[in-house]
Amino acid sequence: MAINWFKYSAPSTFYGVAGKMVPWFSWSAAILFVVGLYIGFFVAPTDIQQSEAYRIMFIHVPASILSMFIYLVMAGYAALGLIFNTRLSSMMASALAPTGALLAFLSLWTGALWGKPMWGAWWVWDARLTSELILLFLYLGFIALHASIDDPRRADRASALLAIIGSVNVPIIYFSVQWWNTLHQGATVKFTGTSMHVAMQQGMFTMMLAVWLYAIAVTLLRVRCIILERECKAQWVSELVEVRR
Amino acid sequence: MNWGEFFFMNGYAWYIWGSYGMALLIFFIEIVMVRHRKMLILEQLHLMRNVENVVT
Repeated sequence: MAINWFKYSAPSTFYGVAGKMVPWFSWSAAILFVVGLYIGFFVAPTDIQQSEAYRIMFIHVPASILSMFIYLVMAGYAALGLIFNTRLSSMMASALAPTGALLAFLSLWTGALWGKPMWGAWWVWDARLTSELILLFLYLGFIALHASIDDPRRADRASALLAIIGSVNVPIIYFSVQWWNTLHQGATVKFTGTSMHVAMQQGMFTMMLAVWLYAIAVTLLRVRCIILERECKAQWVSELVEVRR
Repeated sequence: MNWGEFFFMNGYAWYIWGSYGMALLIFFIEIVMVRHRKMLILEQLHLMRNVENVVT
């Protein structure tokens, strides 16, 4: 099967493709959010140790995992843009950053609201929490650095470097609970299996998928804006239906 | 289980609804901001097009 991937790496082509994909991702995300919340609040049983407070998990875990995953995807796109000089890759990296930053913030926020009743503190300088805070700062640094350079291509290259170097932090967050003695609990879901109740797992994975699809949808919406902003002088942009009307 | 009991969350109401409330707020703000950004760039493109039409 021969697909010409380079065709889709042209912003003019991808603009239309992304526009067609957005409704699919948005609607499936919306449906999965409803299903995930239903399972999380009405099907999953009360936890023996943490009572109802553990239900924060259904948003905390997806937000945390996605904040790390999106960073790696962003760094990957930034690296592609740096190596192959493809404009669309750099635009995708820029489009992912705000969503990643918001999810990193949400992870810290929901973590604080979980930490207070369970540990008695909103915040502790624990390895897991601190490295996640650094992740938020890396996202903000990426956005700020990109915004501070006028020439978009130069901004792409400078911020790509920051994104690539910063990706070292992601495995540090992931393994922090093993490497250091942290207050944050260790991984419950492992490759070797889990001790979690089936309904809790289903709720968590459904919510994770929902947040993932949401992140894709909103990133595609944002990359469409970025494409228009950067290609505003291109012929194909002035010929778009939404511009001509 | 009645609704009052449900919202009370066995005493963890503020923590749980504070978490989900913030999630809702963040997603809402993000969507509004992206839509606003799209509106701004389309407006600008309209302007650019109109200026070109006047010139040519």
